[in-house]
Amino acid sequence: MAIADLANPTRFLKFADRTIPWLGGLTVIVFAYGIDQAMLAPDDYQQGATVKIMFLHVPSAWLGMLGWGVMSVAALGTLVWRHPLADVAAKAAAPIGAAFTLLCLVTGSLWGRPEWGTYWVWDARLTSELVLLLLYLGVIALWRTVEDPSRAARAAAILTLVGAIDLPIIKFSVDWWNTLHQGASVFRIGGSTINSSILIPLFIMAAAFTLLFFTLHLAAMRNEILRRRVRTLRLMQASAVS
Amino acid sequence: MTALTAILIRDMRIAVRVGGGALIGVLFFLVVVTLIPFAVGPNLPLLKQIGPAILWLAALLASLLALDRLFAADHEDGSLDLILTGRAPLEFVVATKGLAHWLTTGLPLVIAAPLIGLLLNLDAPAEITLVLTLLVGTPALTFIGLIGAAIAVTLRRGGLLLAVIVLPLTVPVLIFGVAAANTVGPVPFGTPFTILCALTLASLVVGPFAAAAALRQEME
Amino acid sequence: MNAVNHMGFIIASYAAAVAVVGVLIVWVTLDYRAQRLRLADLEMRGVTRRSAPARSEPAIEQAKEKA
Repeated sequence: MAIADLANPTRFLKFADRTIPWLGGLTVIVFAYGIDQAMLAPDDYQQGATVKIMFLHVPSAWLGMLGWGVMSVAALGTLVWRHPLADVAAKAAAPIGAAFTLLCLVTGSLWGRPEWGTYWVWDARLTSELVLLLLYLGVIALWRTVEDPSRAARAAAILTLVGAIDLPIIKFSVDWWNTLHQGASVFRIGGSTINSSILIPLFIMAAAFTLLFFTLHLAAMRNEILRRRVRTLRLMQASAVS
Repeated sequence: MTALTAILIRDMRIAVRVGGGALIGVLFFLVVVTLIPFAVGPNLPLLKQIGPAILWLAALLASLLALDRLFAADHEDGSLDLILTGRAPLEFVVATKGLAHWLTTGLPLVIAAPLIGLLLNLDAPAEITLVLTLLVGTPALTFIGLIGAAIAVTLRRGGLLLAVIVLPLTVPVLIFGVAAANTVGPVPFGTPFTILCALTLASLVVGPFAAAAALRQEME
Repeated sequence: MNAVNHMGFIIASYAAAVAVVGVLIVWVTLDYRAQRLRLADLEMRGVTRRSAPARSEPAIEQAKEKA
């Protein structure tokens, strides 16, 4: 089945109906494994057990950025290729990405309190992540404010592409500025600096979270397609009265 | 269901829908607070010191946001004429709309304030006093705002004029609200807080009467 | 290293994660059910994407209900 088939909303709905259950099941399995491994992982020699927060915090951060990445690709799909499902994909991804960005900030804050003594500092990484949350909330507000879905899609697409500049800022903020947040320790030139006994559970949790993201995203896309059908039918109904 | 209850529910429903002011007010609140460290610098002790003042200012600006459409939307679709010719006293209708505005704009700000206060490094006692002052003070901001909204109702670009009219009127509320929120030093919490309560109670009366008078003038 | 005090933060983090994921799942599920219900309702009233416009009386009723 080609990707082009997914351009048709009805076929997409069938695809979603088939895919979501087993993708969800797979997510649960990987989460079970990931949490098991995370609990068994050793404590950090410096931070003790609080390092376990990392298994939530880091994947949430990645998902927040993945969400905006998905939205950016979808934005190109809307503006450049006029793919019919692109704006559905963009609108569906926004609340999910926002939720994980919020979770990243919250878990980071709860991790920061015991480690640094404060719930929040205005350093480059935390601030750029907070800005990402504001961007998400702004684009969600934009989706909700413009009545017509296709006009909303184009406006949101432009905002998404402009806001994408925040993603490299987040990633490289710990290198470019002097931050309290620790430097890059997973994806860096020269390999990771984290011991594999903690790194491997981290990757499993990241995989679990990613599967969760796409399960939710497919489900949300399905809902959005249905919502647009309802809207079209109601508009037809209203014009049928006259 | 009485007319006033119907207006209350209707206004609240509109506020949470597309284009309404409810949750956007909280988002604006968050954005303004986020901007401050960019301007002032990420100096945590300084932010803690000016924190309550920043939160009060941001709450004031955010409250102003939805006021613009409060009467103008009704004027545009003709419901304002219906209200003016209806049996319910205009002052009560205006007060009810003010209540709806506070419930959907002011109260969410009060709830969001402690979480946003964490960003400014406020500690628990400061958070509690801040929430109390905002809880008492935001109704005053809404009800004073009613006056400006009523005066600017027939204007199409009334938003900035509204702000220019309303902001000076809210200065006493701001002064005593921040003073109460800041009480760590020699001034006890009670004095500015009591005056803040008095200001709010006064605005609950003066606001609707002045706004009703302005509406009657404008709609002549 | 005061691991006992830090337990609170660790538990709070996992609770927050459960809460956020839970809200997302509930949102997606409830929204799905709501849309399905609305579509079923519209179909029952004879409004489908390829049908002719509905008769005027039920259409007026539907318009009132939509308002």
